[in-house]
Amino acid sequence: MTGLVVLLGILGVFWTPHSTTAMSASERFAAPSLGHFFGTDNFGRDIFSRVMKGIGTTILISTLVVAISGAAGILVGALTGYFGGIVDEIVMRITDAINGFPSILLALVVISVMGTGQRNLVISLGIVFMPSYIRIVRSEFIRLRDADYISRARLMGVGRGRILFVHILPNIFSTFWVSVMIGFNNAILAESGMSYLGIGVQPPQASLGKMLSDAQGYLTTAPWYALAPGLTIVWIVLGFSLLSEGIQRLGK
Amino acid sequence: MKKRIGVLLIMALLTMAALGGCAGGTEDSSGDNSSTESQAGNPVYGGSIVVGIQQDVDSLDPHKATAAGTKEILFNIFEGLVKPDENGDLMKALASDYTISEDGLVYTFTLRQGVKFHNGNVVTAEDVKYSLDRASGLLDGTPLISSLSVLTSVDILDEKTVQVTVGSANTELIYSFVAAIIPAGSGEEESGTPIGTGPFSFVSYKPQEGIVIAKNPDYWQQGLPYLDEVNFKIVNSPDTALLELKGGSIQIYPYLTDSQAGELKDSFQILSAPSDVVQALFLNNASEPLNDVRIRQAICYALDLNMVNEYVAGGGATLVSSAMLPTLHSYYVDLTDTYGSSANIEKAQELMADAGYPDGFDLEITVPSNYEYHMQTAEVVAEQLKAAGINATINPVEWSSWLSDCYTDRNYQSTISGITSDMTPGYLTNRFQTDSKKNFVNFASAAYDEAYQAAAAALDPAEKAELYKQVQKILCDEAGSAFIQVPPITIAMDPKLGGYKFYPVYVQDMSTVYYTE
Amino acid sequence: MKYLGKKIVTLIMTLFVVSAAAFIAFQIIPGDVVTSILGTEATPEREAQLREELGLNDPPVVRYFRWVGGVLTGDLGVSYRYAKNMNEMMPVAELIGDKLPVTLSLAAISLVLIVVVSIPLGVLWARSKNKVLDAALGVITQASMAIPSFFLGIIVTYLFGMVLKCFAPGGYVSYEKDIGSFLFYLLFPALAIALPKAAMTARFLRNSMLTEMRSDYVRTARSKGCSERRVMYGHVLRNAMMPVITFLGMIIAEIVAGSIVVEQVFSLPGIGRLLISSISTRDLPVVEILILYITFVVIFVYFLVDILYRVVDPRISGK
Repeated sequence: MTGLVVLLGILGVFWTPHSTTAMSASERFAAPSLGHFFGTDNFGRDIFSRVMKGIGTTILISTLVVAISGAAGILVGALTGYFGGIVDEIVMRITDAINGFPSILLALVVISVMGTGQRNLVISLGIVFMPSYIRIVRSEFIRLRDADYISRARLMGVGRGRILFVHILPNIFSTFWVSVMIGFNNAILAESGMSYLGIGVQPPQASLGKMLSDAQGYLTTAPWYALAPGLTIVWIVLGFSLLSEGIQRLGK
Repeated sequence: MKKRIGVLLIMALLTMAALGGCAGGTEDSSGDNSSTESQAGNPVYGGSIVVGIQQDVDSLDPHKATAAGTKEILFNIFEGLVKPDENGDLMKALASDYTISEDGLVYTFTLRQGVKFHNGNVVTAEDVKYSLDRASGLLDGTPLISSLSVLTSVDILDEKTVQVTVGSANTELIYSFVAAIIPAGSGEEESGTPIGTGPFSFVSYKPQEGIVIAKNPDYWQQGLPYLDEVNFKIVNSPDTALLELKGGSIQIYPYLTDSQAGELKDSFQILSAPSDVVQALFLNNASEPLNDVRIRQAICYALDLNMVNEYVAGGGATLVSSAMLPTLHSYYVDLTDTYGSSANIEKAQELMADAGYPDGFDLEITVPSNYEYHMQTAEVVAEQLKAAGINATINPVEWSSWLSDCYTDRNYQSTISGITSDMTPGYLTNRFQTDSKKNFVNFASAAYDEAYQAAAAALDPAEKAELYKQVQKILCDEAGSAFIQVPPITIAMDPKLGGYKFYPVYVQDMSTVYYTE
Repeated sequence: MKYLGKKIVTLIMTLFVVSAAAFIAFQIIPGDVVTSILGTEATPEREAQLREELGLNDPPVVRYFRWVGGVLTGDLGVSYRYAKNMNEMMPVAELIGDKLPVTLSLAAISLVLIVVVSIPLGVLWARSKNKVLDAALGVITQASMAIPSFFLGIIVTYLFGMVLKCFAPGGYVSYEKDIGSFLFYLLFPALAIALPKAAMTARFLRNSMLTEMRSDYVRTARSKGCSERRVMYGHVLRNAMMPVITFLGMIIAEIVAGSIVVEQVFSLPGIGRLLISSISTRDLPVVEILILYITFVVIFVYFLVDILYRVVDPRISGK
């Protein structure tokens, strides 16, 4: 199920049954049919194609966000967790501050400074999600720092870098993967939420969140317009959370 | 085990019942399929209505308020010596009469007798002098209304006559005397409630919620207003407005999109009239490659204005090709044939090739994203430009960013936005003078400047009209920008209401609105 | 005590960092409050006058510390954007004080809904030995957790507002006018907030109870001859509730800080919407206080959660 949606998304990046921007005055608000699986919107654009494109955009953005914040989380979390001290204290205060700062505002600030666009959306969401990874990685490193096998390795004169990334890192992956999966879902929800508020992906680029906010005004005349992107988001998120649960169970 | 499932089922059923129980609570408000005219029906006095508005009020001070969304409301509370009527002419309001000297430098106003402020005090010559002094900057050096800054003195001749002297003659200045008259000193009072002479008095204002006004029982125009109370409620998006109209929580909403109008036409009266906004793809004449007149003309040719009109206004807009409202009948000249109202791709590409861009170019269109109408227009325009080989991209920005980057700093390539007019022909045209502070498109044409100045100075109406037509033609031929349309204002009104009047300027006059029997 | 002191210092430091960050951000982002207020009709004189009125002519550092000084002495400043009457601007304290009840009531109703739905559901689920029910609840809760709040908001609006006509969408009634209709209207946005969180809490409670049920003391209690009821509600649920309460604490923080989107969907004049509109009009004094408030709530709730952990599990406090 998840595979299908990912496949649709990837396909959507390269090919869609109809153009995602081509407008047609005669086909405004066409109900779902064989020609247009999900019907058409207020400009007569094919919703199915736009949903496909939107899935691609959403998954791409979420993957990048998780990659950026996850990588930063590993790096910063590992160093602060293992070494502790004043740097650790400062980093923790900063993550506290970021946590307290409303994420939408933070994203808005980053976007206002750098301008709208997908790249900046990725960066701002990356910053928003970084603290949670830092915390998880850090606490795992603190836990393992004093484990017997690490102390032994240290006594044997293994270098710091090697201890950090060869001895400890592989052992936190099971915990880390779960949070990556959850983080991925959160990233999808955040991206669509920001696009819904109009500060995420910008038109004419198709985005599930923006489509939803556009569709809100046409609930009675064209309910499919809202349902298609909305259910798609649910589908993606549900798929990934079931997947992460599966992985978790496998781990046990 | 069965018991447990039973419990669950009961829980579910209870929830359903509770929720189902509320069906039929609110009555379906759909009435008969009424016509699109604000039709007759016997007016009844009394009642209250809720009017949906888009923007929060920017100031409760009538001289300091600049947002169109604020002025349209304050129109009900404050009045000037003269006030606009629905035909775009001036009617006498607080002045029962006025004369202008031959040289156009001295205005003499006779005050209407016995008009009272909302606080019960009679309007005096002192109040008029104070208000004009304050608005024109004679009071403290800062003009609050820029067009009045030409005033050099305001003198009280006797208790019902006020004489105003100006530094330079301009026949359009009389329109500026719509400026609100407020009680003397009230502009400096601590915690001053807004007090005017209009058909409604101010009751309360709550940020993000709205403003409430109540009937002025002593209003000088006999028989007005009909309603006891009007609540202007801030609605944060057109989408929620639609829901609120359907849910019955607002009775009038004046800014419908075309598709919304279609959705509401069975249960509401839908009224439509041209607005006072000229929408254009404004081109920054100082940026590459738009500094070449051929490129600007190519863009004008590439646009299919009929299509834009069809998509975003449902065909209800008035297409224009220069900066003048068609409702200013005596000055307006129709120039839409210059570039045609449908796309002329060959001509556009020919001009682009001439200018050295045979393969097109990149064009960034900045759009204030809070204006759904401009955003939708931008989506359509970008598609049309692509057809001519111009690679147009949309850059949506917040309104605050638009004001500072595009409008003040002129740091943009092109933008889709609207400029609002008043009832004077000079209002929209004066901003395209080379040195005007409002010339955010950096249009530079000596011929234009000369024509405009001649038009503004002309005292003879026929000559003035002719000159303004020339002004429009220069702006159009030089493709100062790609003008698109005057969008319609489309309002939805509860079928039980009547008497709504459209003005050529942006106001919501509630004094004539009434419930029908 | 020392722990408390340290926490308070941390809180103050964080608030300071956050407010400075917001202030700096406002210096960087394009668009300023004067052009935003005056719009396209600005005259140079009016601009200068307004800049003077708002005290914007001083260097940013001076303005920031003047603001900090004000806050420390209880003066939260006045809004740049919202008028109180003809000549005065709205004090921030009054503005936020007016909007806060909306958001707090929304959070409270949501919390009640979450508790009322999730706890019976969690208990039922933990005790159920029916495979089908178990699987069904698993799927339902997973699905509820996957719905973004704004989509849920749209669905709630459509279903209850337009199909069942339970409430008039957008027909928000101020709490000062009619408290009953106010609370009734809030029920629907609260539903949109509560559903995913209730699903989350139910799952959490179930897992927590299952863990408890496997523990030794349950076996001991059973072997002592305690009734199944007593074992369940007297021992298992009580112990399982502790982590759930802390979990709920975090949810409160999330609701109070994160109702922005739902307020937007239901056009509620709460602090979330105030924040969004104040950011877009560059109304710095309002934004600063709102951010401080939100940060404070988040940190404070986490702090309470922390204390609660210590009370439950005295082993932690040693460190």
